Amino acid sequence: MSSLSSFWHWWIIILTLGCIAGTWLLLKLNQVSVKPADNIDDPTTGHEYDGIQEYNNPLPSWWYWMFILTIVFALAYLILYPGLGNFKGYLNWTSAGQWQAEQDQATIEYAPIFERYGAMSFDELKADPEALKTGQRLFANNCSICHGSAATGSVGFPNLRDNDWLYGGTPEAIETSILKGRQGQMMAWGAVIGEDGVKQTAAYVASLSGMKADAELAEKGKTTFATMCIACHGPDGKGNQLLGAPNLTDKIWLYGGSPNKIEETIRSGRFGQMPAHEELLGKEKIHVLAAYISSLSSQQ
Amino acid sequence: MSNAIDHPVYNYRIVRQFSIMTIVWGIVGMLVGVILAAQLMWPELNLGLPWTHFGRLRPLHTNAVIFAFGGCALFATSFYIVQRTCKTALFAPRLATFVFWGWQLVILSAAVTLPLGLTSSKEYAELEWPIDILIAVVWVSYAIVFFGTIAKRTTSHIYVANWFFCGFIITVAVLHIVNSAAIPVSLTKSYSFYPGAIDAMVQWWYGHNAVGFFLTAGFLGMMYYFVPKQAERPVYSYRLSVVHFWALIAIYIWAGPHHLHYSALPDWAQGLGMVMSLILLAPSWGGMINGIMTLSGAWEKLRTDPIIKFLIVSLSFYGMSTFEGPMMAIKTVNALSHNTDWTIGHVHSGALGWVAMVSMGSMYHMIPILFGRKQGEMYSIALINLHFWLATIGTVLYIASMWVSGIMQGLMWRAVNQDGTLTYSFVDSLEASYPSYFVRFLGGSIFFIGMLIMAYNVWMTIRMAPESDATTQPNAA
Repeated sequence: MSSLSSFWHWWIIILTLGCIAGTWLLLKLNQVSVKPADNIDDPTTGHEYDGIQEYNNPLPSWWYWMFILTIVFALAYLILYPGLGNFKGYLNWTSAGQWQAEQDQATIEYAPIFERYGAMSFDELKADPEALKTGQRLFANNCSICHGSAATGSVGFPNLRDNDWLYGGTPEAIETSILKGRQGQMMAWGAVIGEDGVKQTAAYVASLSGMKADAELAEKGKTTFATMCIACHGPDGKGNQLLGAPNLTDKIWLYGGSPNKIEETIRSGRFGQMPAHEELLGKEKIHVLAAYISSLSSQQ
Repeated sequence: MSNAIDHPVYNYRIVRQFSIMTIVWGIVGMLVGVILAAQLMWPELNLGLPWTHFGRLRPLHTNAVIFAFGGCALFATSFYIVQRTCKTALFAPRLATFVFWGWQLVILSAAVTLPLGLTSSKEYAELEWPIDILIAVVWVSYAIVFFGTIAKRTTSHIYVANWFFCGFIITVAVLHIVNSAAIPVSLTKSYSFYPGAIDAMVQWWYGHNAVGFFLTAGFLGMMYYFVPKQAERPVYSYRLSVVHFWALIAIYIWAGPHHLHYSALPDWAQGLGMVMSLILLAPSWGGMINGIMTLSGAWEKLRTDPIIKFLIVSLSFYGMSTFEGPMMAIKTVNALSHNTDWTIGHVHSGALGWVAMVSMGSMYHMIPILFGRKQGEMYSIALINLHFWLATIGTVLYIASMWVSGIMQGLMWRAVNQDGTLTYSFVDSLEASYPSYFVRFLGGSIFFIGMLIMAYNVWMTIRMAPESDATTQPNAA
């Protein structure tokens, strides 16, 4: 961590201690115990504002000592912890250090659990209710924000329970998706095939899933599809898991299956991104997660 | 007490204008608050429109209650108090008129630009740069009128209420100008002048002192006049007011970093923010002690006078939230409370319990006098009493529900299973918060109904005012 220049270092110290000392002085100078007998004739200050007069009672002693106590606490804290510029405090505490210590403690505490899971096969994990419970919690903490707490996905974020897999549904393929991430790129075709081409191709794509589509348009679109799309989606439109190209015949639409949405996908392209989690979670946790996610679709 | 003849002609027109707008903006701001509370319960109430979305209405609510309602209350009472305690008419009355219309223009601009999504994205300083410039001009004009009036006073000393107003006016000017420094890219968009963590620190130096000087020092000024006036008792201790005034303004300005605990802010700044927030406890309580002890010898008025109830209960909420604040500034407590509803509850114990209730008490004292009636001659004392109970119950429901949901959220977010995974997802904690959200909506609605009753009471009082209010108090403006 970068440290302050000596000017700012002393600036902070002088202002802080000056302010605290000034406050203490203010208190000290006003700590008087007025005996009621001293000014019994006129207990007020003698000023009057719009009919308002002022007594001049001494500072309540409990309040005075509470004030002093907070000042003492503050000074003690500033001796022990960071606060006075570059002075680190006698406990050498830093927030980064506290974070690291908690991380290290967590590693010691939890590493054995995940080491054990990491050594188990997917089949063993899927048969272990405790492991699946851990997987579910990992999912809730790390994955649900995009894929939903029920893992049913959302627009642009795949449903993980429907047995339809962009990159393969084996536990190994799922594990790779989580470890390394995935980038699914659908090219933008609007400029290449023109607006008519977009409409025709969209009609053909809709017809692949047996959805209602203008037969004439679809027939024209078939030609475009055969030249432009089959490289990734295959001649029958069933997709290619090596490329992450979706199956277009199963009525499952990552970005929406209405004619408009299909046209939009073809015209402007799509870019789906699953971030890599290897650095964040580590191999063992991802191993458990992959088993859990795999178990979601095998249940159905 | 004071005799009515021996003073110059005060300018009450500006006070009347600001008083009326206090009530109007109070209703608007609190209504938006109730709508937001309902949206958190039933999100469909955002109507699916961008302009009525929570994210846009929320700054509208905070700006309306703090700067429109609270601001007008401060302008009204400070102009009233400074004239009466300095025994002189307002300095530069035309400039005061400009302050009124300028401030209303600021509020209207906020009400238009915030729902349109035009925002600098700084909390409590969302307004874009052209409005910020207008605010600065209005504020400097306000300072000229106020300090000019102090300068031409006919009393030998300056009354304590005016010290607090002075501190509030000077500091808010500095805070607003420094925090709003920005580089405009168009008429409606600007970027902060400060980078990264410095920007965050400047923002919370501003943000916390908006609370400290706008919502605390300013309203303490109000308290120091209306409590002794309504109780008809001398202020408890001049000495205490000197000590807590100087301590309050010296310490408050340091407390901002406690909004940025466990963040990218350097550790030393976080540590300083925390200890200064703790030292702040006693100076804050000084005002509460001085206010409540002023009533000693007249405690029976708490039973009979609903205005005194408003003032004294507001001081109790003030004491409670200024105890809660330093506690929440302690890092270990903050680790639990940060980002939870506890913060929302804390803010509202100050905003509803202290700021709104002390303003209401002051308005009930002042309005009959402003409209040519005698002190204590509101249209209905029973309705003031009803308003008092609605406001108190509403505030308590609001705070208690947010304590429950806030502490629960904090505990749920940190709960860890035996395998080190988090026990609850965010949605779990949200679902668990709904009962509290409902109680909050209920409390807010009750508080809002009280405000409507106040508006009716004020309206009837004005209608009952004598035809020519010039008999007792001619217009000077």
